[in-house]
Amino acid sequence: MNPNIVELDNLSFGYKNRMLHQGINMVFPRGKVIAIMGGSGSGKTTLLRLIGGQLKPSKGEARVDGQVVHKQSRDGIYRLRRKMGMLFQQGALFTDLSVYENVAFPMREHTDLPESMIHDLVLLKLNAVGLRGAHKLMPTELSGGMARRVALARAIALDPDIIMYDEPFAGLDPISMAVICELIRTLNDALGATSIIVSHDVKETFTIADYVYFVANGVVAAEGTPDDLRKSDLPFVHQFVHAEKDGPVPFHYAAGDYKQDLLGFEAK
Amino acid sequence: MIKSNLFVGLIRTLRGIGHDFSKRIWRLGAGARLFGLTLAYSGESFRRFHLTIREVYFTGVLSLIIILVSAFFVGMVLALQGYYTLQKYGSSESIGVLVALSLLRELGPVVTALLFAGRAGTAITAEIGLMKATEQLSAMEMMAVSPISRVIAPRFWAGVIAMPVLATLFSMVGILGGYLVAVPLIGVDAGAFWSQMQANVDWQFDILNGVIKSLVFGVACTMIALFEGYDAPPTAEGVSRATTRTVVTSSLAILGLDFVLTSFMISM
Repeated sequence: MNPNIVELDNLSFGYKNRMLHQGINMVFPRGKVIAIMGGSGSGKTTLLRLIGGQLKPSKGEARVDGQVVHKQSRDGIYRLRRKMGMLFQQGALFTDLSVYENVAFPMREHTDLPESMIHDLVLLKLNAVGLRGAHKLMPTELSGGMARRVALARAIALDPDIIMYDEPFAGLDPISMAVICELIRTLNDALGATSIIVSHDVKETFTIADYVYFVANGVVAAEGTPDDLRKSDLPFVHQFVHAEKDGPVPFHYAAGDYKQDLLGFEAK
Repeated sequence: MIKSNLFVGLIRTLRGIGHDFSKRIWRLGAGARLFGLTLAYSGESFRRFHLTIREVYFTGVLSLIIILVSAFFVGMVLALQGYYTLQKYGSSESIGVLVALSLLRELGPVVTALLFAGRAGTAITAEIGLMKATEQLSAMEMMAVSPISRVIAPRFWAGVIAMPVLATLFSMVGILGGYLVAVPLIGVDAGAFWSQMQANVDWQFDILNGVIKSLVFGVACTMIALFEGYDAPPTAEGVSRATTRTVVTSSLAILGLDFVLTSFMISM
Protein backbone atom coordinates (compact mmCIF):
# COMPACT_ATOMS: atom_id res chain seq x y z
CA MET A 1 0.00 0.00 0.00
CA ASN A 2 1.23 3.50 -0.88
CA PRO A 3 2.21 5.20 2.41
CA ASN A 4 0.92 8.51 1.02
CA ILE A 5 -2.82 8.77 0.60
CA VAL A 6 -2.56 12.07 -1.31
CA GLU A 7 0.27 13.23 -3.56
CA LEU A 8 0.64 16.47 -5.50
CA ASP A 9 3.14 15.97 -8.27
CA ASN A 10 4.53 19.04 -10.06
CA LEU A 11 1.07 20.58 -9.87
CA SER A 12 0.41 23.86 -11.65
CA PHE A 13 -2.85 25.72 -11.81
CA GLY A 14 -3.91 29.15 -12.98
CA TYR A 15 -6.74 31.30 -14.20
CA LYS A 16 -6.35 32.75 -17.71
CA ASN A 17 -2.91 34.47 -17.79
CA ARG A 18 -2.25 34.32 -14.04
CA MET A 19 -0.62 31.16 -12.70
CA LEU A 20 -1.58 30.52 -9.07
CA HIS A 21 0.59 27.44 -8.55
CA GLN A 22 3.74 26.51 -10.42
CA GLY A 23 5.05 23.01 -9.85
CA ILE A 24 3.78 22.21 -6.36
CA ASN A 25 5.04 18.95 -4.83
CA MET A 26 3.48 17.69 -1.61
CA VAL A 27 2.86 14.33 0.02
CA PHE A 28 0.28 13.53 2.66
CA PRO A 29 1.17 10.34 4.56
CA ARG A 30 -1.64 8.19 5.94
CA GLY A 31 -2.68 8.88 9.52
CA LYS A 32 -0.96 12.28 9.75
CA VAL A 33 -2.25 15.81 10.22
CA ILE A 34 -0.67 17.94 7.50
CA ALA A 35 -1.12 21.69 7.26
CA ILE A 36 -0.91 23.92 4.19
CA MET A 37 -0.19 27.48 5.26
CA GLY A 38 0.29 30.73 3.46
CA GLY A 39 -1.06 34.23 3.16
CA SER A 40 -4.52 35.15 1.91
CA GLY A 41 -4.83 34.60 -1.82
CA SER A 42 -1.87 32.21 -2.00
CA GLY A 43 -4.13 29.47 -3.39
CA LYS A 44 -4.38 27.18 -0.36
CA THR A 45 -8.09 26.48 -0.78
CA THR A 46 -7.50 25.94 -4.49
CA LEU A 47 -5.16 23.08 -3.58
CA LEU A 48 -8.02 21.42 -1.66
CA ARG A 49 -10.30 21.87 -4.67
CA LEU A 50 -7.65 20.29 -6.90
CA ILE A 51 -7.40 17.32 -4.53
CA GLY A 52 -11.20 17.05 -4.47
CA GLY A 53 -11.40 17.18 -8.25
CA GLN A 54 -13.46 20.38 -8.34
CA LEU A 55 -10.71 22.02 -10.41
CA LYS A 56 -8.44 20.63 -13.10
CA PRO A 57 -4.68 21.32 -12.96
CA SER A 58 -2.97 23.09 -15.87
CA LYS A 59 0.04 20.80 -15.47
CA GLY A 60 1.07 17.95 -13.20
CA GLU A 61 -1.37 15.86 -11.20
CA ALA A 62 -3.03 15.28 -7.86
CA ARG A 63 -3.25 11.62 -6.84
CA VAL A 64 -5.64 10.27 -4.23
CA ASP A 65 -5.05 6.69 -3.15
CA GLY A 66 -2.82 6.24 -6.21
CA GLN A 67 -5.45 7.48 -8.68
CA VAL A 68 -4.95 10.62 -10.75
CA VAL A 69 -7.91 12.79 -9.81
CA HIS A 70 -8.40 14.82 -12.98
CA LYS A 71 -8.26 11.74 -15.22
CA GLN A 72 -11.26 10.14 -13.50
CA SER A 73 -14.73 10.05 -14.98
CA ARG A 74 -17.55 11.70 -13.03
CA ASP A 75 -18.32 8.37 -11.34
CA GLY A 76 -14.62 7.85 -10.60
CA ILE A 77 -14.33 11.28 -8.99
CA TYR A 78 -17.46 10.61 -6.95
CA ARG A 79 -15.97 7.27 -5.82
CA LEU A 80 -12.83 9.11 -4.68
CA ARG A 81 -14.87 11.77 -2.94
CA ARG A 82 -16.62 9.13 -0.88
CA LYS A 83 -13.24 8.61 0.76
CA MET A 84 -13.05 12.31 1.61
CA GLY A 85 -14.79 14.58 4.07
CA MET A 86 -14.47 18.32 3.79
CA LEU A 87 -15.07 21.04 6.31
CA PHE A 88 -15.81 24.31 4.52
CA GLN A 89 -14.76 27.68 5.90
CA GLN A 90 -18.28 28.72 6.90
CA GLY A 91 -19.52 25.19 7.51
CA ALA A 92 -21.72 25.14 4.38
CA LEU A 93 -24.55 23.46 6.28
CA PHE A 94 -27.76 22.97 4.33
CA THR A 95 -29.93 25.72 5.74
CA ASP A 96 -33.21 23.97 4.91
CA LEU A 97 -32.25 20.88 6.94
CA SER A 98 -31.94 20.47 10.71
CA VAL A 99 -28.64 19.64 12.39
CA TYR A 100 -29.72 15.97 12.53
CA GLU A 101 -30.65 15.89 8.84
CA ASN A 102 -27.42 17.62 7.85
CA VAL A 103 -25.35 14.89 9.49
CA ALA A 104 -27.66 12.18 8.15
CA PHE A 105 -27.41 13.62 4.62
CA PRO A 106 -24.33 11.66 3.38
CA MET A 107 -25.65 8.46 4.97
CA ARG A 108 -29.03 8.79 3.28
CA GLU A 109 -27.38 9.59 -0.06
CA HIS A 110 -24.76 6.83 -0.09
CA THR A 111 -26.05 3.99 2.06
CA ASP A 112 -29.19 1.91 2.47
CA LEU A 113 -28.90 1.85 6.24
CA PRO A 114 -32.15 1.45 8.17
CA GLU A 115 -33.50 4.57 9.87
CA SER A 116 -32.72 3.22 13.34
CA MET A 117 -29.05 2.80 12.44
CA ILE A 118 -28.86 6.25 10.82
CA HIS A 119 -30.36 7.65 14.01
CA ASP A 120 -27.68 6.00 16.18
CA LEU A 121 -24.84 6.97 13.85
CA VAL A 122 -25.96 10.60 13.63
CA LEU A 123 -26.14 10.86 17.42
CA LEU A 124 -22.73 9.19 17.72
CA LYS A 125 -21.15 11.68 15.31
CA LEU A 126 -22.86 14.62 16.99
CA ASN A 127 -21.76 13.33 20.39
CA ALA A 128 -18.17 13.18 19.12
CA VAL A 129 -18.32 16.93 18.44
CA GLY A 130 -20.25 17.62 21.65
CA LEU A 131 -23.51 18.64 19.99
CA ARG A 132 -25.82 15.65 20.49
CA GLY A 133 -28.18 17.94 22.40
CA ALA A 134 -28.44 20.31 19.44
CA HIS A 135 -29.69 17.75 16.92
CA LYS A 136 -33.13 19.33 16.61
CA LEU A 137 -31.84 22.86 15.95
CA MET A 138 -31.74 24.50 12.55
CA PRO A 139 -28.39 25.84 11.21
CA THR A 140 -29.61 29.43 11.68
CA GLU A 141 -29.92 28.78 15.42
CA LEU A 142 -26.24 27.81 15.78
CA SER A 143 -23.26 30.00 16.61
CA GLY A 144 -20.28 30.06 14.20
CA GLY A 145 -18.34 27.56 16.30
CA MET A 146 -21.31 25.20 16.67
CA ALA A 147 -21.99 25.33 12.93
CA ARG A 148 -18.36 24.42 12.27
CA ARG A 149 -18.66 21.45 14.66
CA VAL A 150 -21.87 20.21 13.03
CA ALA A 151 -20.16 20.51 9.65
CA LEU A 152 -17.30 18.47 11.08
CA ALA A 153 -19.75 15.80 12.26
CA ARG A 154 -21.19 15.75 8.72
CA ALA A 155 -17.69 15.54 7.19
CA ILE A 156 -16.90 12.42 9.25
CA ALA A 157 -20.36 10.87 8.78
CA LEU A 158 -19.07 8.12 6.50
CA ASP A 159 -15.73 7.64 8.31
CA PRO A 160 -13.61 9.09 5.49
CA ASP A 161 -9.95 8.26 4.90
CA ILE A 162 -9.13 11.92 4.22
CA ILE A 163 -10.56 14.91 6.07
CA MET A 164 -9.91 18.32 4.53
CA TYR A 165 -10.34 21.47 6.57
CA ASP A 166 -10.63 24.85 4.86
CA GLU A 167 -9.68 27.56 7.36
CA PRO A 168 -11.22 25.72 10.32
CA PHE A 169 -10.23 28.41 12.85
CA ALA A 170 -11.26 31.53 10.93
CA GLY A 171 -13.62 33.83 12.83
CA LEU A 172 -13.94 31.68 15.95
CA ASP A 173 -13.72 32.79 19.57
CA PRO A 174 -10.78 31.34 21.58
CA ILE A 175 -12.89 28.63 23.25
CA SER A 176 -14.42 27.40 19.96
CA MET A 177 -10.96 27.55 18.39
CA ALA A 178 -9.50 25.33 21.10
CA VAL A 179 -12.44 22.90 20.78
CA ILE A 180 -12.04 22.62 16.99
CA CYS A 181 -8.28 22.26 17.38
CA GLU A 182 -8.65 19.36 19.77
CA LEU A 183 -11.40 17.74 17.68
CA ILE A 184 -9.26 17.73 14.54
CA ARG A 185 -6.47 15.85 16.28
CA THR A 186 -8.75 13.50 18.23
CA LEU A 187 -10.95 12.59 15.26
CA ASN A 188 -7.95 12.08 13.03
CA ASP A 189 -6.40 9.61 15.48
CA ALA A 190 -9.69 7.91 16.40
CA LEU A 191 -10.72 7.36 12.76
CA GLY A 192 -7.21 6.56 11.55
CA ALA A 193 -7.74 9.20 8.87
CA THR A 194 -5.40 11.70 7.24
CA SER A 195 -6.17 15.35 7.85
CA ILE A 196 -5.26 18.21 5.53
CA ILE A 197 -5.65 21.61 7.14
CA VAL A 198 -5.57 24.81 5.15
CA SER A 199 -5.05 27.71 7.51
CA HIS A 200 -3.16 30.88 8.25
CA ASP A 201 -3.55 30.61 12.02
CA VAL A 202 -0.02 29.73 13.06
CA LYS A 203 -0.53 29.05 16.78
CA GLU A 204 -3.43 26.61 16.48
CA THR A 205 -2.15 24.86 13.37
CA PHE A 206 1.33 24.33 14.82
CA THR A 207 -0.24 22.77 17.93
CA ILE A 208 -1.84 19.90 16.03
CA ALA A 209 0.02 19.50 12.72
CA ASP A 210 2.61 16.79 12.21
CA TYR A 211 4.04 18.48 9.14
CA VAL A 212 3.54 21.89 7.54
CA TYR A 213 3.89 23.18 3.99
CA PHE A 214 4.21 26.92 3.40
CA VAL A 215 2.91 28.14 0.04
CA ALA A 216 3.99 31.50 -1.35
CA ASN A 217 4.23 32.90 -4.88
CA GLY A 218 2.81 29.69 -6.32
CA VAL A 219 5.46 27.35 -4.93
CA VAL A 220 6.22 25.50 -1.70
CA ALA A 221 8.33 28.14 0.02
CA ALA A 222 9.17 26.01 3.05
CA GLU A 223 8.21 22.76 4.70
CA GLY A 224 8.93 20.86 7.87
CA THR A 225 7.63 20.02 11.30
CA PRO A 226 6.20 22.88 13.37
CA ASP A 227 9.36 22.86 15.53
CA ASP A 228 11.61 23.13 12.45
CA LEU A 229 9.58 26.03 11.10
CA ARG A 230 9.51 27.90 14.41
CA LYS A 231 13.31 27.89 14.31
CA SER A 232 13.54 28.61 10.59
CA ASP A 233 15.44 31.73 9.55
CA LEU A 234 13.95 31.76 6.05
CA PRO A 235 12.69 35.37 5.72
CA PHE A 236 9.17 34.42 4.56
CA VAL A 237 8.66 31.78 7.26
CA HIS A 238 10.07 34.10 9.91
CA GLN A 239 7.74 36.92 8.88
CA PHE A 240 4.72 34.62 8.79
CA VAL A 241 5.38 32.68 12.00
CA HIS A 242 6.20 35.82 13.98
CA ALA A 243 3.43 37.88 12.35
CA GLU A 244 5.75 40.69 11.22
CA LYS A 245 4.14 43.55 9.33
CA ASP A 246 6.81 43.93 6.66
CA GLY A 247 9.22 41.51 5.06
CA PRO A 248 9.28 39.41 1.91
CA VAL A 249 5.50 39.82 1.88
CA PRO A 250 5.28 43.63 1.54
CA PHE A 251 2.83 45.74 3.53
CA HIS A 252 1.97 47.78 0.43
CA TYR A 253 0.27 46.42 -2.66
CA ALA A 254 2.40 47.19 -5.75
CA ALA A 255 1.87 50.85 -6.64
CA GLY A 256 3.49 53.70 -8.54
CA ASP A 257 5.41 56.62 -7.05
CA TYR A 258 3.61 57.93 -3.95
CA LYS A 259 4.47 61.60 -4.55
CA GLN A 260 3.47 61.34 -8.19
CA ASP A 261 0.12 59.78 -7.23
CA LEU A 262 -0.63 62.58 -4.76
CA LEU A 263 0.42 65.41 -7.08
CA GLY A 264 -1.03 63.75 -10.14
CA PHE A 265 -4.57 64.48 -8.94
CA GLU A 266 -4.01 68.24 -9.24
CA ALA A 267 -2.42 67.84 -12.67
CA LYS A 268 -5.59 66.13 -13.89
CA MET B 1 -7.82 64.34 -34.54
CA ILE B 2 -11.64 64.41 -34.20
CA LYS B 3 -11.95 61.83 -36.97
CA SER B 4 -9.50 59.56 -35.23
CA ASN B 5 -11.39 59.92 -31.90
CA LEU B 6 -14.64 59.08 -33.66
CA PHE B 7 -13.05 56.05 -35.24
CA VAL B 8 -11.71 54.84 -31.88
CA GLY B 9 -15.13 55.42 -30.30
CA LEU B 10 -16.83 53.49 -33.10
CA ILE B 11 -14.43 50.57 -32.73
CA ARG B 12 -15.01 50.54 -28.97
CA THR B 13 -18.78 50.54 -29.44
CA LEU B 14 -18.61 47.73 -31.98
CA ARG B 15 -16.31 45.76 -29.70
CA GLY B 16 -18.73 46.31 -26.81
CA ILE B 17 -21.67 45.09 -28.90
CA GLY B 18 -19.68 42.06 -30.04
CA HIS B 19 -18.63 41.26 -26.48
CA ASP B 20 -22.18 41.61 -25.19
CA PHE B 21 -23.54 39.48 -28.03
CA SER B 22 -20.97 36.69 -27.57
CA LYS B 23 -21.63 36.73 -23.79
CA ARG B 24 -25.34 36.27 -24.40
CA ILE B 25 -24.69 33.43 -26.84
CA TRP B 26 -22.39 31.82 -24.27
CA ARG B 27 -25.07 32.11 -21.58
CA LEU B 28 -27.65 30.64 -23.93
CA GLY B 29 -25.35 27.67 -24.52
CA ALA B 30 -24.67 27.29 -20.80
CA GLY B 31 -28.41 27.41 -20.12
CA ALA B 32 -29.08 24.77 -22.78
CA ARG B 33 -26.34 22.60 -21.27
CA LEU B 34 -27.91 22.90 -17.80
CA PHE B 35 -31.30 22.01 -19.31
CA GLY B 36 -29.78 18.91 -20.94
CA LEU B 37 -28.07 17.89 -17.71
CA THR B 38 -31.29 18.45 -15.77
CA LEU B 39 -33.14 16.08 -18.11
CA ALA B 40 -30.27 13.57 -17.94
CA TYR B 41 -30.28 13.60 -14.11
CA SER B 42 -34.06 13.50 -13.83
CA GLY B 43 -34.04 9.72 -13.45
CA GLU B 44 -31.90 10.00 -10.30
CA SER B 45 -34.15 12.74 -9.00
CA PHE B 46 -37.37 10.76 -9.66
CA ARG B 47 -36.02 8.03 -7.39
CA ARG B 48 -36.29 10.63 -4.61
CA PHE B 49 -39.65 11.95 -5.69
CA HIS B 50 -40.41 13.31 -2.20
CA LEU B 51 -37.94 16.11 -3.02
CA THR B 52 -40.04 17.09 -6.04
CA ILE B 53 -43.23 16.94 -3.96
CA ARG B 54 -41.62 19.20 -1.38
CA GLU B 55 -40.71 21.70 -4.09
CA VAL B 56 -44.23 21.55 -5.56
CA TYR B 57 -45.34 22.77 -2.14
CA PHE B 58 -42.83 25.64 -2.11
CA THR B 59 -43.30 26.76 -5.71
CA GLY B 60 -46.92 25.77 -6.31
CA VAL B 61 -48.90 25.69 -3.09
CA LEU B 62 -47.27 28.80 -1.64
CA SER B 63 -48.02 30.67 -4.90
CA LEU B 64 -51.72 29.82 -4.64
CA ILE B 65 -52.79 32.93 -2.74
CA ILE B 66 -51.30 35.46 -5.19
CA ILE B 67 -52.49 33.41 -8.20
CA LEU B 68 -56.06 32.93 -6.97
CA VAL B 69 -56.57 36.49 -5.73
CA SER B 70 -55.19 37.88 -9.00
CA ALA B 71 -57.39 35.48 -10.98
CA PHE B 72 -60.48 36.65 -9.11
CA PHE B 73 -59.80 40.31 -9.88
CA VAL B 74 -58.78 39.63 -13.48
CA GLY B 75 -62.06 37.72 -14.01
CA MET B 76 -64.10 40.51 -12.47
CA VAL B 77 -62.41 43.20 -14.57
CA LEU B 78 -62.84 41.09 -17.72
CA ALA B 79 -66.57 40.78 -17.04
CA LEU B 80 -66.94 44.51 -16.45
CA GLN B 81 -64.95 45.52 -19.54
CA GLY B 82 -66.55 42.78 -21.65
CA TYR B 83 -70.10 43.76 -20.65
CA TYR B 84 -69.43 47.42 -21.40
CA THR B 85 -68.38 46.56 -24.97
CA LEU B 86 -70.82 43.70 -25.66
CA GLN B 87 -73.92 45.58 -24.59
CA LYS B 88 -73.27 48.08 -27.40
CA TYR B 89 -73.89 45.23 -29.84
CA GLY B 90 -76.75 43.68 -27.89
CA SER B 91 -74.86 40.51 -27.09
CA SER B 92 -74.25 40.90 -23.39
CA GLU B 93 -75.28 37.22 -22.87
CA SER B 94 -72.00 36.25 -24.52
CA ILE B 95 -70.09 37.67 -21.57
CA GLY B 96 -69.50 34.15 -20.20
CA VAL B 97 -67.83 33.05 -23.45
CA LEU B 98 -65.66 36.17 -23.56
CA VAL B 99 -64.46 35.71 -19.99
CA ALA B 100 -63.84 31.96 -20.42
CA LEU B 101 -62.02 32.21 -23.75
CA SER B 102 -59.87 35.14 -22.64
CA LEU B 103 -58.83 33.26 -19.53
CA LEU B 104 -58.38 29.78 -20.97
CA ARG B 105 -56.56 30.77 -24.14
CA GLU B 106 -54.43 33.69 -22.99
CA LEU B 107 -54.74 35.31 -19.61
CA GLY B 108 -54.76 32.11 -17.55
CA PRO B 109 -51.44 30.73 -18.82
CA VAL B 110 -49.74 34.10 -19.40
CA VAL B 111 -50.67 35.92 -16.18
CA THR B 112 -50.04 32.78 -14.12
CA ALA B 113 -46.59 32.42 -15.65
CA LEU B 114 -45.79 36.11 -15.07
CA LEU B 115 -46.91 35.85 -11.44
CA PHE B 116 -45.05 32.55 -11.06
CA ALA B 117 -41.85 34.16 -12.37
CA GLY B 118 -42.23 37.01 -9.89
CA ARG B 119 -43.13 34.89 -6.90
CA ALA B 120 -41.62 31.42 -7.30
CA GLY B 121 -38.95 32.12 -9.96
CA THR B 122 -37.24 34.79 -7.89
CA ALA B 123 -37.37 32.57 -4.81
CA ILE B 124 -35.72 29.71 -6.74
CA THR B 125 -32.97 31.98 -8.12
CA ALA B 126 -32.25 33.58 -4.76
CA GLU B 127 -32.22 30.23 -2.96
CA ILE B 128 -29.85 28.55 -5.41
CA GLY B 129 -27.67 31.67 -5.69
CA LEU B 130 -27.33 31.79 -1.92
CA MET B 131 -26.67 28.05 -1.74
CA LYS B 132 -23.81 28.68 -4.16
CA ALA B 133 -22.55 31.73 -2.26
CA THR B 134 -22.54 29.82 1.04
CA GLU B 135 -20.75 26.85 -0.59
CA GLN B 136 -23.69 24.48 -0.02
CA LEU B 137 -23.53 23.34 -3.65
CA SER B 138 -19.75 22.80 -3.39
CA ALA B 139 -20.27 20.86 -0.15
CA MET B 140 -22.79 18.65 -1.93
CA GLU B 141 -20.33 18.07 -4.79
CA MET B 142 -17.61 17.15 -2.29
CA MET B 143 -20.00 14.65 -0.69
CA ALA B 144 -20.25 12.97 -4.10
CA VAL B 145 -23.84 14.14 -4.52
CA SER B 146 -24.71 15.89 -7.76
CA PRO B 147 -26.40 19.27 -7.08
CA ILE B 148 -28.16 18.89 -10.41
CA SER B 149 -29.93 15.70 -9.38
CA ARG B 150 -30.48 16.80 -5.75
CA VAL B 151 -31.27 20.52 -6.12
CA ILE B 152 -31.92 21.49 -9.75
CA ALA B 153 -33.96 18.59 -11.17
CA PRO B 154 -36.54 18.39 -8.33
CA ARG B 155 -37.18 22.14 -8.58
CA PHE B 156 -37.44 21.92 -12.37
CA TRP B 157 -40.06 19.17 -12.31
CA ALA B 158 -41.91 20.88 -9.48
CA GLY B 159 -42.22 24.01 -11.65
CA VAL B 160 -43.33 21.97 -14.66
CA ILE B 161 -45.99 20.20 -12.58
CA ALA B 162 -47.16 23.28 -10.69
CA MET B 163 -47.57 25.70 -13.60
CA PRO B 164 -50.43 23.96 -15.53
CA VAL B 165 -52.26 23.27 -12.27
CA LEU B 166 -51.92 26.91 -11.21
CA ALA B 167 -52.98 28.15 -14.67
CA THR B 168 -56.06 25.89 -14.60
CA LEU B 169 -56.97 27.14 -11.14
CA PHE B 170 -56.39 30.70 -12.34
CA SER B 171 -58.87 30.22 -15.19
CA MET B 172 -61.44 28.56 -12.89
CA VAL B 173 -61.30 31.29 -10.26
CA GLY B 174 -61.23 33.97 -12.98
CA ILE B 175 -64.44 32.56 -14.47
CA LEU B 176 -65.97 32.54 -10.99
CA GLY B 177 -64.98 36.21 -10.55
CA GLY B 178 -66.46 37.01 -13.97
CA TYR B 179 -69.66 35.18 -13.02
CA LEU B 180 -70.03 37.12 -9.76
CA VAL B 181 -69.76 40.45 -11.59
CA ALA B 182 -71.82 39.49 -14.64
CA VAL B 183 -74.70 37.62 -13.01
CA PRO B 184 -75.44 38.84 -9.44
CA LEU B 185 -73.99 42.34 -9.94
CA ILE B 186 -74.90 43.33 -13.52
CA GLY B 187 -77.87 41.04 -13.91
CA VAL B 188 -76.89 38.91 -16.93
CA ASP B 189 -78.95 35.71 -17.08
CA ALA B 190 -77.12 32.87 -15.33
CA GLY B 191 -78.40 30.26 -17.81
CA ALA B 192 -77.14 32.30 -20.78
CA PHE B 193 -73.80 32.88 -19.05
CA TRP B 194 -73.10 29.18 -18.54
CA SER B 195 -74.82 27.68 -21.60
CA GLN B 196 -73.07 30.00 -24.06
CA MET B 197 -69.79 29.19 -22.38
CA GLN B 198 -70.49 25.47 -22.61
CA ALA B 199 -71.46 25.75 -26.27
CA ASN B 200 -68.52 27.85 -27.39
CA VAL B 201 -65.55 26.67 -25.40
CA ASP B 202 -63.79 23.85 -27.24
CA TRP B 203 -62.08 21.18 -25.16
CA GLN B 204 -59.06 20.77 -27.39
CA PHE B 205 -58.66 24.16 -29.03
CA ASP B 206 -59.27 26.25 -25.92
CA ILE B 207 -58.66 24.19 -22.81
CA LEU B 208 -55.94 21.76 -23.94
CA ASN B 209 -54.02 24.45 -25.82
CA GLY B 210 -54.07 26.62 -22.71
CA VAL B 211 -52.67 23.76 -20.68
CA ILE B 212 -49.96 23.13 -23.31
CA LYS B 213 -49.03 26.81 -23.18
CA SER B 214 -48.73 26.77 -19.40
CA LEU B 215 -46.64 23.59 -19.58
CA VAL B 216 -44.18 25.30 -21.97
CA PHE B 217 -44.15 28.41 -19.76
CA GLY B 218 -43.47 26.14 -16.78
CA VAL B 219 -40.41 24.67 -18.49
CA ALA B 220 -39.14 28.10 -19.59
CA CYS B 221 -39.78 29.99 -16.34
CA THR B 222 -38.38 27.32 -14.04
CA MET B 223 -35.33 26.69 -16.19
CA ILE B 224 -34.54 30.42 -16.43
CA ALA B 225 -34.87 30.78 -12.64
CA LEU B 226 -32.68 27.73 -12.04
CA PHE B 227 -30.01 28.78 -14.52
CA GLU B 228 -29.82 32.34 -13.20
CA GLY B 229 -29.37 31.01 -9.65
CA TYR B 230 -26.83 28.36 -10.67
CA ASP B 231 -24.86 30.83 -12.78
CA ALA B 232 -25.03 33.74 -10.32
CA PRO B 233 -21.72 35.17 -9.06
CA PRO B 234 -21.49 34.07 -5.41
CA THR B 235 -21.88 37.56 -3.96
CA ALA B 236 -24.80 39.61 -2.60
CA GLU B 237 -24.73 41.80 -5.71
CA GLY B 238 -24.48 38.75 -7.99
CA VAL B 239 -27.53 37.10 -6.45
CA SER B 240 -29.58 40.30 -6.53
CA ARG B 241 -28.75 40.88 -10.20
CA ALA B 242 -29.57 37.26 -11.02
CA THR B 243 -32.95 37.60 -9.30
CA THR B 244 -33.75 40.68 -11.35
CA ARG B 245 -32.65 38.92 -14.55
CA THR B 246 -34.97 36.02 -13.72
CA VAL B 247 -38.02 38.30 -13.74
CA VAL B 248 -36.98 40.23 -16.86
CA THR B 249 -35.90 37.20 -18.92
CA SER B 250 -38.86 35.06 -17.82
CA SER B 251 -41.37 37.80 -18.62
CA LEU B 252 -39.91 38.37 -22.10
CA ALA B 253 -39.68 34.62 -22.71
CA ILE B 254 -43.31 34.12 -21.68
CA LEU B 255 -44.61 36.86 -23.96
CA GLY B 256 -42.41 35.78 -26.87
CA LEU B 257 -43.30 32.11 -26.47
CA ASP B 258 -46.97 33.03 -26.16
CA PHE B 259 -46.89 34.63 -29.59
CA VAL B 260 -45.06 31.66 -31.14
CA LEU B 261 -47.36 29.09 -29.52
CA THR B 262 -50.52 31.03 -30.41
CA SER B 263 -49.36 31.27 -34.04
CA PHE B 264 -48.80 27.50 -34.16
CA MET B 265 -52.09 26.72 -32.49
CA ILE B 266 -54.11 28.98 -34.75
CA SER B 267 -52.38 27.71 -37.91
CA MET B 268 -53.11 24.12 -36.87
